[in-house]
Amino acid sequence: MSSMELKSKAAQIRMDLLRMIHGAKTGHTGGSLSNTDILTALYYKIMTIDPAQPKWQERDRFIASKGHSVESLWCILADRGFFPKEELATFSQFGTRLIGHPNNKVPGIEMNTGALGHGLAISVGMALAAKKDARASRVFCLMGDGEQAEGSVWEAAMAGAHYKLDNLVGIIDRNRLQISGSTEEVMGLEPLEEKWAAFGWHVVSIDGNDIDALVEAFESAPAVAGKPTLVMANTVKGKGVSFAENVPHWHHHVPNDEELAKALAELEAVINSYSQEGQVQ
Amino acid sequence: MANKIPNRQVICETLVTLAQEDKDIMVLASDSRGSAAMAPFANAYPEQFVEVGIAEQNIVGISAGLAHSGKKPFVTSPACFLSMRSIEQIKVDVAYSGTNVKLVGISGGISYGALGMSHHSVQDIAVARAIPGLAIILPADRHETKRMTEALAVHEGGVYVRIGRNPVEDSYESDDYEFVIGKAVTMREGSDITIIATGETVRIALDAQAELAEAGVSARVLNMHTIKPLDEEAIVRAAQETGGIITVEEHSIHGGLGAAVAEVVVQQHPVPMRILGIPDEPAIAGKSTEVFDHYGISSSNIKAVALGMLRK
Ligand SMILES: Cc1ncc(C[n+]2csc(CCOP(=O)(O)OP(=O)(O)O)c2C)c(N)n1
Repeated sequence: MSSMELKSKAAQIRMDLLRMIHGAKTGHTGGSLSNTDILTALYYKIMTIDPAQPKWQERDRFIASKGHSVESLWCILADRGFFPKEELATFSQFGTRLIGHPNNKVPGIEMNTGALGHGLAISVGMALAAKKDARASRVFCLMGDGEQAEGSVWEAAMAGAHYKLDNLVGIIDRNRLQISGSTEEVMGLEPLEEKWAAFGWHVVSIDGNDIDALVEAFESAPAVAGKPTLVMANTVKGKGVSFAENVPHWHHHVPNDEELAKALAELEAVINSYSQEGQVQ
Repeated sequence: MANKIPNRQVICETLVTLAQEDKDIMVLASDSRGSAAMAPFANAYPEQFVEVGIAEQNIVGISAGLAHSGKKPFVTSPACFLSMRSIEQIKVDVAYSGTNVKLVGISGGISYGALGMSHHSVQDIAVARAIPGLAIILPADRHETKRMTEALAVHEGGVYVRIGRNPVEDSYESDDYEFVIGKAVTMREGSDITIIATGETVRIALDAQAELAEAGVSARVLNMHTIKPLDEEAIVRAAQETGGIITVEEHSIHGGLGAAVAEVVVQQHPVPMRILGIPDEPAIAGKSTEVFDHYGISSSNIKAVALGMLRK
């Protein structure tokens, strides 16, 4: 996919996830909007995967350690053909597989996550197995910034460097908000990049809502042989919906009819601008 | 009368009142002050509030340290993480070391229906029961939650409390009754069978009692708000006087209220028993009421089970 197609795709995924959350009347809106560009870059450009063979051993792995933001992932997996798009309408409803967190009964999901601070350790195990089996698979693990307060994140960080896992890419959705407000007020993290570097990781800091920057960062990993890569993706929580951006209560706020219409119109305009640009060229 | 106040809000309101007098009371949160409804406490007494971020092991360790220095910490965190993620800190830093920490697990049971097993807390009673010296309490409604919170503020020792997320219908008419840790409350007298419930399922047991009364069955209802220390005497009396027991809980059928009652019954006065709860599987997704109905944690199913036991 071209850069413009990726950007357009991200806007479409945002529209899909907003409609899905609105329909279900529940969902983690803010954190899903903030990581949509990261997931779009991974699932449409970077990762080697085959929706027809979700368990293909040579595939790259993605672990959503911030499992509460599963909405963007459900929409992307459906769009990529892992399961029918109609199933998105069952999100969070009685008896569904598409619950409010990753569920590995659904094709395309590797592991069940949702309790924060589990994903990186799992990813270390997967990356270690790929090394032992001499497979080219890479492992991408998306974490929240609030999640960094869990000690288990740092235990795994230590192990990733110790085992020289340069096939492991940690990504932090650095949107600077968690539930109770700003990360720096709830539990200060800074200087976060220096901490990861001190733990032996190669740290790349980028605009995490810029798909071109994401693609470049992921494509060039590992930049340093023998070191895992940490992509500090500086994002905006609620990205793409003007009135939700940087507003803490959109963490799990559900748009009402009016808000949905407004948000969809904003995203529609983004898609139109890209398609016009495409015609000019 | 429909009650609109969730128990988590009652705990906060009661602590706000108590903390006016008692400057040693402290509340801790793990990015959970909203879900625990503790924002009013945090705003009223910033000096008595500690935010630890998303770090459930840390919150218990820090509380044990505070308690060791004479503070009275109330830890408020989602029941699923507080009870399981921090269980070693609870075992060693709280129970074994004998520190005065009150652990309040919020949104317990299957309150977080569609968020899945990571967020359900239906093993917490089983795990907590196996820890010596840790009391376990599940209040039934807002009145009991108020009396319990007052009792906890003066009780010395580690306690695990579990409450749900949503408002529950009242089981008591008022808070004008005596709440004693470790002492079951006979909500209804009865002679044909006993229904023992805990926490927010007490309301369901009371509804079943009313339905059974219409069918001519006299059911006793015990509110076992304290799972540990367990009121063995009330259980043995129920076995002797009513000849059969049904337990009801928002917990796995393994290791919870039903198991605790069965241990007493089978060793002291064997009678037929049925254990109603969540079966040994990741609970189906859905709203609490949908999940309850699916697994037969309902007044109509309790009635059917009771009638089945009495026919034999
Ligand atoms: C172990 C654990 N504790 C608490 C929670 C509840 N919880 C869900 S999302 C969240 C905030 C996450 O913040 P952050 O990691 O910054 O993610 P984002 O802002 O990107 O949504 C919390 C506390 C959880 N899911 N797991």
